[in-house]
Amino acid sequence: MFNNFFHKMASPRYFYNISGHLIPWLAASCALLFLAGLYYGLVKAPPDYQQGDSYRIMFIHVPAAWMSMFIYVVMAGAGAIGLIWHIKLAEVMAISSAAIGAWFTFLALVTGSIWGKPMWGTWWVWDARLTSELILLFLYLGVIALYNAIDDKRTAARAVAILALVGVVNIPIIHYSVEWWNTLHQGPTVTKLDKPSIHLSMLIPLLLMAFAFKLYYAFVVLMRARCEVLERERHTVWVRELAEKK
Amino acid sequence: MTSDSLTRAFALLLKRDLLLAMRHRAEMINPLLFFVLVTSLFPLGIGADPILLRAVGPGVIWVAALLAALLSLEGIFRSDFEDGTLEQFLLSSHPVSVLVLAKVLAHWLITGLPLLLISPLLGVLLGLPGDAIIILLVTLALGTPVLSLIGAVGVALTVGLRKGGMILSLLVLPLYVPLLIFAASAVDTAAAGLPVTAHLSLISALLVLALSLSPLATAAALRISLS
Repeated sequence: MFNNFFHKMASPRYFYNISGHLIPWLAASCALLFLAGLYYGLVKAPPDYQQGDSYRIMFIHVPAAWMSMFIYVVMAGAGAIGLIWHIKLAEVMAISSAAIGAWFTFLALVTGSIWGKPMWGTWWVWDARLTSELILLFLYLGVIALYNAIDDKRTAARAVAILALVGVVNIPIIHYSVEWWNTLHQGPTVTKLDKPSIHLSMLIPLLLMAFAFKLYYAFVVLMRARCEVLERERHTVWVRELAEKK
Repeated sequence: MTSDSLTRAFALLLKRDLLLAMRHRAEMINPLLFFVLVTSLFPLGIGADPILLRAVGPGVIWVAALLAALLSLEGIFRSDFEDGTLEQFLLSSHPVSVLVLAKVLAHWLITGLPLLLISPLLGVLLGLPGDAIIILLVTLALGTPVLSLIGAVGVALTVGLRKGGMILSLLVLPLYVPLLIFAASAVDTAAAGLPVTAHLSLISALLVLALSLSPLATAAALRISLS
């Protein structure tokens, strides 16, 4: 049964139909969690004793940073599946994730910079985490640029998968090298972005927002993958039938 | 297929690439000139204060080495791709990753080694102390092969593209970051008179990792680019 499910899911047509049913549910639950997270985060959670209200940008910043790394790993995983088992749908998922991941990385950088202004007094600090996010953004942009540069989209997807795998091996190395570099060079700005002990009233909205971001990714990646599937399968009968129906 | 014939293929390929490079000496010298030129632009740009130059020297030399390596990278596979030799490599019965390793080794001997040999001169120009120059040589000896190995993956992915050059830098430069950090700070630390064993161990680890994984990734990328 398990095997059967995967064979079915790998068929673009079946995927197109089932994702069409899934998207509204995912989108609705994302909106609900988002509202709840914002309510608890902006209204219910107490102001921080040091940072006042400005820490509340954390409820966007931290989930965005989590998502930026999570999506890269998903992208590399999907790319590997596509390379090894030649599953077209995995390739589609990998490439559909890239742009979303890049935007989450960008969001994490921008919110980090906005947060940094009142906390550290400057828009940009060569802080270890910010720097590794910046390099992650470059890695995403490389993936997108490579995909766009290759005309044949199947070849492009396979090339991108290799690049994503090379990147995923390098991300931990980059992360720790940057952290190490930072501790060598930087003394004055002690960044306490994540306190190990976070109060429950702040943790709950943070987790709510994290789940909302995950669901957002889930439904947007499905939407993008549906477009990509239609474009790739435009010569097949079922896509033509679909087009004629509308 | 015996390992003997594989060794022979490796040696032949290496010899062929070196011979080709010797016939086009100008192409060998260009990245080297670039390396020297970029480094000597920095004192003109930021001022010739010896203390300042000594402080930025290791970073400047390493960034210039990265850029020079990047310039020469395309040469690894470009001409073989254009005349169809690369397809013959893929068709041969030898493992492609080993052939790739031969080509990367040849590329390093042609471009990496000259950078290494001329770098003490640049170290002197930027006023680095003697110990730091020795460490600079060691980091370049360990690091430039990593540049060629990682770069080969990027070249293999972009070799079929008409405007691969810009994309190549976007793909490869972020992956060079750890090496840049470890190498430049090793020279920095040596200039301050502190021990650098940890830095050198980390760079060696990067070299071992790149040596074992990147030929495989390059071979896979070449198969995709030529499919």
